[in-house]
Amino acid sequence: MSHLSERPEKPVVGVSMPHESATLHVTGTALYTDDLVHRTKDVLHAHPVQVMKAHGRITALRTEPALAVPGVVRVLTGADVPGVNDAGMKHDEPLFPDHVMFYGHAVAWVLGETLEAARLGAAAVEVELDELPSVVTLRDAIETGSFHGARPVMVTGDVDAGLAGAAHVFTGELQFSDQEHFYLETHAALAHIDEAGQVFVQSSTQHPSETQEIVAHVLGLHSHDVTVQCLRMGGGFGGKEMQPHGFAAVAALGARLTGRPVRLRLNRTQDLTMSGKRHGFHATWTIGFDPDGRIRALDATLTADGGWSLDLSEPVVARALCHIDNVYRLPHARIAGRVAKTNKASNTAFRGFGGPQGMLVIEDIMGRCAPLLGLDPMELRERNFYRQGQTTPYGQPVLQPDRISAVWHKTLENGGVAERRREIDAFNAAHPHTKRALAVTGIKFGISFNLTAFNQGGALVLIYKDGSVLINHGGTEMGQGLHTKMLQVAATSLGIPLHKVRLAPTRTDKVPNTSATAASSGTDLNGAAVKNACEQLRGRLLQVAATELGANASDVRIVDGVARGLGSDRELAWDDLVRIAYFQRVQLSAAGFYRTEGLHWDAASFRGSPFKYFAHGAAAAEVEVDGFTGAYRIRRVDIVHDVGDSLSPMIDIGQVEGGFVQGAGWLTLEDMRWDATDGPHRGRLLTQAASTYKLPSFSEMPEEFNVTLLENATEEGSVYGSKAVGEPPLMLALSVREALRQAAAAFGPGGVAVELASPATPEAVYWAIEEARRGATSQAGHAGGGFTAGSDAGSGDVSGSEVGADAAASSGA
Amino acid sequence: MVAARITVNGEEAPLTPAATHTTALDFLRERGLTGTKEGCAEGECGACSVLVARPGVDRPTDWVAVNACLIPAAALDGQEVITSEGLAPAGTAAALHPVQEEMAARGGSQCGYCTPGFVCSMAAEYYRSDRCAHTERVEGAPQDGGADPAGSADAEHGPNGFDLHALSGNLCRCTGYRPIRDAAFAVGTPADGDPLAQRREQAPPAPVATEYVQDGRVFLRRHTLADTLQVLRERPDAVVIAGSTDFGVEVNLRARRADCVVAVDRLPELRELRVEPDSLVIGAALTLTEIERRLGGDVPLLAELFPQFASRLIRNGATLGGNLGTGSPIGDSPPVLLALEASVVLTDADGEREVPLADYFTGYRQSVRRPGELIRAVRIPLPLSPVVAFHKIAKRRFDDISSVAVAFALDVQDGIVRKARIGLGGVAATPIRSLAAEAVLEGRPWTAETVGAAARELRGEGTPMSDHRASSLYRSAMLGQSLLKLYARTTEAVSS
Repeated sequence: MSHLSERPEKPVVGVSMPHESATLHVTGTALYTDDLVHRTKDVLHAHPVQVMKAHGRITALRTEPALAVPGVVRVLTGADVPGVNDAGMKHDEPLFPDHVMFYGHAVAWVLGETLEAARLGAAAVEVELDELPSVVTLRDAIETGSFHGARPVMVTGDVDAGLAGAAHVFTGELQFSDQEHFYLETHAALAHIDEAGQVFVQSSTQHPSETQEIVAHVLGLHSHDVTVQCLRMGGGFGGKEMQPHGFAAVAALGARLTGRPVRLRLNRTQDLTMSGKRHGFHATWTIGFDPDGRIRALDATLTADGGWSLDLSEPVVARALCHIDNVYRLPHARIAGRVAKTNKASNTAFRGFGGPQGMLVIEDIMGRCAPLLGLDPMELRERNFYRQGQTTPYGQPVLQPDRISAVWHKTLENGGVAERRREIDAFNAAHPHTKRALAVTGIKFGISFNLTAFNQGGALVLIYKDGSVLINHGGTEMGQGLHTKMLQVAATSLGIPLHKVRLAPTRTDKVPNTSATAASSGTDLNGAAVKNACEQLRGRLLQVAATELGANASDVRIVDGVARGLGSDRELAWDDLVRIAYFQRVQLSAAGFYRTEGLHWDAASFRGSPFKYFAHGAAAAEVEVDGFTGAYRIRRVDIVHDVGDSLSPMIDIGQVEGGFVQGAGWLTLEDMRWDATDGPHRGRLLTQAASTYKLPSFSEMPEEFNVTLLENATEEGSVYGSKAVGEPPLMLALSVREALRQAAAAFGPGGVAVELASPATPEAVYWAIEEARRGATSQAGHAGGGFTAGSDAGSGDVSGSEVGADAAASSGA
Repeated sequence: MVAARITVNGEEAPLTPAATHTTALDFLRERGLTGTKEGCAEGECGACSVLVARPGVDRPTDWVAVNACLIPAAALDGQEVITSEGLAPAGTAAALHPVQEEMAARGGSQCGYCTPGFVCSMAAEYYRSDRCAHTERVEGAPQDGGADPAGSADAEHGPNGFDLHALSGNLCRCTGYRPIRDAAFAVGTPADGDPLAQRREQAPPAPVATEYVQDGRVFLRRHTLADTLQVLRERPDAVVIAGSTDFGVEVNLRARRADCVVAVDRLPELRELRVEPDSLVIGAALTLTEIERRLGGDVPLLAELFPQFASRLIRNGATLGGNLGTGSPIGDSPPVLLALEASVVLTDADGEREVPLADYFTGYRQSVRRPGELIRAVRIPLPLSPVVAFHKIAKRRFDDISSVAVAFALDVQDGIVRKARIGLGGVAATPIRSLAAEAVLEGRPWTAETVGAAARELRGEGTPMSDHRASSLYRSAMLGQSLLKLYARTTEAVSS
């Protein structure tokens, strides 16, 4: 067992406990960035000047009328930027643009004594625009060749030969729309300048170091002039990985120019219209199967809707390509990826980061093809699982294929799936207007940033003379329980009770050059760094204790805050040990560091081993569908998920459940719509409020929801044997979509591919039922006409294209 | 007139310098009570949920959870508000309220941003006076024909009588809700000496006549209907609010700033619920929650409507008067009230008149209501037709806006449809009745053939549009499907 994964006696990791801030949460006393405004004097409020056109060149920007509004203090424009006028890392994202690139693009910011004054000032700013043609839908982008960034191709084997030799070949298309993060706390920043002209920004950011870097370059400062702090976030989900930087920079610029604190907080509609979302994708595919249903070859092209700037679209596409295999072996594959450039907000990271999109494509293929192959969908899936010794299409060995089967079979067992499938058959036979279905899907999700350099973490651990411990690390807390786990890791590696350890808010002046808290890697990277720092300290303290206890340092253990020599009754309490160490002038602080070993990735050839390991899970979802309306309920979900040996079971189960429901929202309910007409509001987000963009609520929670963590799952080479958990469970929700497909099919004669739009809203399910009833295999049905009518033709082509495609058409053996 | 003030967590707070449009949410946050959060500013997410003391349904006072983002702070003049910071008994800083205890211990919070709102909504249900544990209900006296206050212990009701619909207006993006449900279903009953429980036994805060002026704008509340009608006559520009669940959205999302706002939600004349020999009169300013609880299941079609009407947080403020006053074609109550053949009682300084609801709407958000006229009540004729259904077609099961809504009230005797009334929402510029389908049904046998013919008429009703909620084809299809579904339900009920 590796040193990193080994647990000592009486570890605090593995103990189930609530979130470290739970008491503050429930009493309303936990502070978020915008809560600080009311505790800060003389704050100015920033309001954006949004231009409501999809594309155009700014020919005039008149700010004088705003300055005439009572309470307006200043208008920020590009002319005010002392440094680099760019909010991104790709230098394609001007903070104050001279071109409006999407409907609602902010071109200036107004600072006011009150938010009301700033709002009125923003409304008074006059912007003249030379309007330009816009690309709003992914389909338009593809047809007009509007792309940006890299165009990777992942190749393994010989796909043409593979298809030529296949017994069954199917081809199809799938398009699905964006997903809004809808963190409950919208983007927020509060900046002020201290006595030496240094900039201090409180920001709701998953990536404080990059926020710092961008604030510095916008202001023309060095990074050491800027400190960014994130107390906690009211949700992030990837939406605060890249997107907070520009907002923080605007606040910092305002503070620098006015000498007063500046607060910038987006309201919900501003957040929805200005910040990026999960990429919608378009996919075309051709797949070949052996006579017994094993995949021989997959040829696919995935196109992501990147929006107006690149942001993280390239790595999102890379991860989508790396996850189109999911748990299935693809002996021959050629998967091309590209990023469409559209006049929409720039799409960005979102929990899963392309992985869900890749997996949705392959699971959709499996769900559509199973009836055409005459196989039960579960059987088709299981037949294609990775086996020992096989590698992914990008060349990484699949090290734990046994876990794919283990979580699958455990899920079948826990869910009583065989028996329930019989009950469902009986129910369906007796109910002409209501059908139930149960689907099982598995996941395999690669852990680590695809970009190797990001796989490092840092920590700073301080022990004070009284024995209390303060830990700092580079990760941010957005609800995922990272800080809870870090406290447990520190207490475990120092051998002290949890209450001895406190955690300081994440700040760039404590740990430099941190990576985003993203890619599910927060615990792996920061946990290992905290552990490293604690072990340095423990090593020094063991020397002190050894002398005091008359034992060899290697025979001293610190357990529960007491140091003892092996086989000896002599004890030394932690507080005493620390005090003695201080008087012996032993350093009681340590910087910890960790780099993930064994990773390599060649983006050009699209090959390597980019992932430290894979996380696994399986879900069995049962739904009930009303044949009259397409409305449905999730009756029961059973999940077995592999988190290695859990560091904190309540936290991990919370991540699994929350990720699953968020994924179910993406796949069934959350329906992002844009105005793609040629009318005056072309490019406008139609679902720009909570009343029109619906998240899962209590009614979407599975009525019975059983989540189990895989047992005896120690992960060698990761912190205390655990695995990352943030993103992978989201993709377990593919089981819900597949269950809905099967339930829709149950209204018809069977044996045909049932196509289902994504998200599978009640309307989409209704059209799938109608198609299943007709027993049709391929025709443009109601869905095409239904969705494409009217003002939402933009997303209309979501399902229009899918239904219109010759999904299951040709069998070309 | 006494300066406007609100009692927040037991302390009096002056309203000034808040603007007349300042929401209770911003008012609280300005006072440093930042536990109350803004998540959406339109009453959809519940992060701003707080408790207010209101006249009780079967105790003197109820603690009612509302969206602080929608209510003007001035509307709370003289009222009592409790926030997440004030739930635990004063002077015991470390102590948690029982609902806070359960939420914290069971993992009910992750990022924590929605949590204070959940806690307040949960606390309101905790203190609901007719909530009783499932076992208590079974052992206790049999319930009358009214709504089952405890509910049965099912997916939406806990063994402790907790109704999950109490949380239908709260969104959480992190947890997936399971631990929140566990917390809700685990809370017990208030202990002896619980100050908020005791507060329920005292009279509610009286409505306070308010004339709050800031920046040339005024927020008004009068004690009597006559005084209110006089104001409306003098100020034809006045915006009338009850729960402010619609106007609050206008203020927050569309920056509407009214020069004069008049609150009518506490006028006694608008708050009566009366059964007359041939009709039921429901005051226009009763909240939907009050109607729901006071009627129980006495009007089955309304009982079907309420759980599908927005969320509990909204129903705690929204009124029938408001729903008809805004005149939205996708309001949830008009289809039901049309099917019930309701009429609208309108009143102004000159007197009262009554208009059948079917004649009330004249165009998109327009009606026969004149300037200066108030909706005082809704009258529903008795007896009620026995076969009823309300089908709300929406993407989400709780708290969504309907794509279309269909309400049926049918009288089927000896297999013949004697009378049919069908109200539709979402198919035209106003809510409408389906006269064509009614005509096909009436006098015909209740058979698949008749129903099929009527469903065809329903599918042809109005001109449903395609938008982000649904396509026109789906909307039209659902009009017909609703009747087929009702028919299947009646025939399956017979066969089983």
